Amino acid sequence: MLGDLSVSLWRGGTEGRYETYSVPQRESQTVLDVVTFVQRHIDPTLSYRFACRVGVCGSCAMTVNGRPRWTCRTHVSKVAGSGRLEIGPLENLPVIKDLATDMEPFFEKWQKAQGVFAPTKTRHDEIEQVRPDSPARRLADAAIECINCGVCYAACDTVRWNQDYFGPAALTRAWTLVNDERDAGGTARLQAVATKGGCHSCHSHQSCQELCPQALNPTAAIAGLKRRTTAAYLKGEIKA
Amino acid sequence: MHRGSALWIAALVHRLSGLALAIFLPLHFLALGLAIDGEAKFESFLRWTDQPLVKFAEGGLVFLLTVHLLGGLRVLVIENFDWRDGQKQVATIAAAISAIIAFIFLARVF
Amino acid sequence: MSMRLYLWQRATAALMVPLVLVHIAVIFYATRNGMTAADILSRTRGSIVWASYYGLFVVAASIHASIGVRNVLAEWSPLTDRRAERLALAFGLLLAALGARAVYAVVLS
Repeated sequence: MLGDLSVSLWRGGTEGRYETYSVPQRESQTVLDVVTFVQRHIDPTLSYRFACRVGVCGSCAMTVNGRPRWTCRTHVSKVAGSGRLEIGPLENLPVIKDLATDMEPFFEKWQKAQGVFAPTKTRHDEIEQVRPDSPARRLADAAIECINCGVCYAACDTVRWNQDYFGPAALTRAWTLVNDERDAGGTARLQAVATKGGCHSCHSHQSCQELCPQALNPTAAIAGLKRRTTAAYLKGEIKA
Repeated sequence: MHRGSALWIAALVHRLSGLALAIFLPLHFLALGLAIDGEAKFESFLRWTDQPLVKFAEGGLVFLLTVHLLGGLRVLVIENFDWRDGQKQVATIAAAISAIIAFIFLARVF
Repeated sequence: MSMRLYLWQRATAALMVPLVLVHIAVIFYATRNGMTAADILSRTRGSIVWASYYGLFVVAASIHASIGVRNVLAEWSPLTDRRAERLALAFGLLLAALGARAVYAVVLS
């Protein structure tokens, strides 16, 4: 017979407090199940985000016992050591209400890093033949599965300490495009990631790599950007 | 919890050791500068450093210098060469080597 | 941090890897029992080698430490980026001046 969980949830906006609820523990229960239980059976005013609840959309990321995680893929048994859970909104982002954050700064930085595909062909041209085993495509493929969940951004100390810093996700997407032979972003994108807040602000702490639920490696992607921008700078293609 | 992870600690140690060395350096330069007025002042300073407590502090400085060097080397490799896994292990080994070198320093001076 | 600062910091770091290794060896040697000021200075006085080595080390360390301090101030203190850079630059100049004086002290005085 499983007992009750003591669950503290952040209520409010930037100002607020943790409120504690008692939630019946079940077999194979996820943290998202717990949050959902509170909203459906205890307090309908609780605000939180989710969509797919099976680990493919990235909507349900929250801070669980101090760590940013996907709540739908976090089993309670793995994190609720002594029957206690503390759940808050993702860090480094403005809080809209309770467990829901404003992702706008995250995506604005995505744009600043030019994490946007720049097409070179029209529908009338032949389709590009991209070999999946080419070195550049391998690099891009290793970094492409980002679903913009924000876990890396929330985990990153440099994002926390430097409000200009684009963050791991935006830079990783820029890296995939730098390696995409169809893309026309070229030196303009390298210049974009070499400006204030770009890849050179990264201290290679690796929290992003350690916590990415898709097992991506932004530290490595950003290191790649550092090398490419340095080469471009030394060739006079971009400015410091 | 990612804020206690080995790599997070490594990054913090790297930053704090750098800060400590930065604070120490001016003092180090001032001490060496004592030689400007001839040997006597420099000599009495060196004899002051013979004290066990000072030698112990010097051991700490050797640790800070070595750990900052090795941690920095790890970052230089990450940033300039292809990715290799096992960063936690490398960071831990770097700290261990630094401790060993500091220990050897202390063993030789005591 | 800007790309220029990044490159200077990483470059001086790489340069200092061999410099620091030599310095650690020097530390071990110089802290041997009974090494006096006379012992040390008789080796450094008039030495082009020591002057060059430590001169280079002082320049590299001043640049490297100053950029590091700038980053820590920008990220950990409430100072603006501009104030952090000014303070860090002043610190770097101080280090370079004191370091040059120290090199002079052991090589030329």
